[in-house]
Amino acid sequence: MARLKVPVTPHDHIRGPADAAVTLIEYGDYECPHCGAGDEMVRELQKHFPGRLRSVFRHFPLYEVHPNAEAAAQGAEFAAAHGRFWEMHEGLYQNQERLGLPLLFELATDLGLPEAELRRVLDTGEYASKIRDETRGGVRSGVNGTPTFFIDEQRFDGPLTFDGFVDAIESRLNPKPPKPSLWSRWFGRRT
Amino acid sequence: MAKILAAGTVAPDFKLRVTADQWLSLSDLKGRPVILAFYPSDWSPLCGDQMVLYNEVLSDFRELGAELLGISVDGVWSHQAFAKDRHLHFPLLSDFHPKGAVARSYGAYREDEGVCERALFVIDGNGVIFWSYLSPIGVTPGADGILEALEALSNQSKQDGQAEGSSHAA
Repeated sequence: MARLKVPVTPHDHIRGPADAAVTLIEYGDYECPHCGAGDEMVRELQKHFPGRLRSVFRHFPLYEVHPNAEAAAQGAEFAAAHGRFWEMHEGLYQNQERLGLPLLFELATDLGLPEAELRRVLDTGEYASKIRDETRGGVRSGVNGTPTFFIDEQRFDGPLTFDGFVDAIESRLNPKPPKPSLWSRWFGRRT
Repeated sequence: MAKILAAGTVAPDFKLRVTADQWLSLSDLKGRPVILAFYPSDWSPLCGDQMVLYNEVLSDFRELGAELLGISVDGVWSHQAFAKDRHLHFPLLSDFHPKGAVARSYGAYREDEGVCERALFVIDGNGVIFWSYLSPIGVTPGADGILEALEALSNQSKQDGQAEGSSHAA
């Protein structure tokens, strides 16, 4: 079973309380429609588990099939530098059908972020290596497509449905006690 | 579930079509590690499917000196269209006729469905299987296992090289 190799740190993009019992980590791509649907589901899950679930987003742009994904990730990192990552992130997913440079600039303007700086970030690829590093960390952790989710350190291989996640998160929150071994049951009866 | 060939087994040689008029043999690649990735079919509806993912990791595989080959029972024209659509930069081999014969020789054929398993093999430069992995049905394997195997193989080759060097010196 694949396990997360890159631990969550305060440098990650995190939604929800730092002391939440469970962390849901997503490796995603802004041009991937499944990731768009996945982001909506993550927000629903956080409403379902108030205060107990935090979510982390890491970049995994598929450079070869999604020509706009990397620029979008750069735009999100640019917004993060101004403390507005999640607004940009949600704006990108909510307008995914229009993904491209005009949308990036429109969202930046709406958030009151400096256009000239965004232009420079995109020209110089300022965050390209950060994004590449996140992707590589994802590959090493067993990312097997987009989106890939981890619940705490464990890759989630179940169905990508709301109920599938609720079940998995609930079993993290309330782990079943291990069954007593045959030996302890036998020994317990004798004493 | 199939029982795939294990590490230490000599990899069965094969000759399969890559395009309508090009063939590729495993023995053509002797001398360097080869990754064989058997997969059920082209055109998986996911945009980030297994072959798309490996395509993204291709430079890491090549840095470790390895060649990647995808194998399914799809025909060459399907492979060609799929590779073009997903911008794949590695060969897709067609185990089309007799259907699944190569997959079968690796124990990686799903008889009831008539498709390849999701099975991975890392073959060393001498044509011996160094690592193999059969993915549970419904779970796509990532590239992590392949990279770890290639690194272990590279470390082993270095150690063998050093041992050989020191024995020559002795």
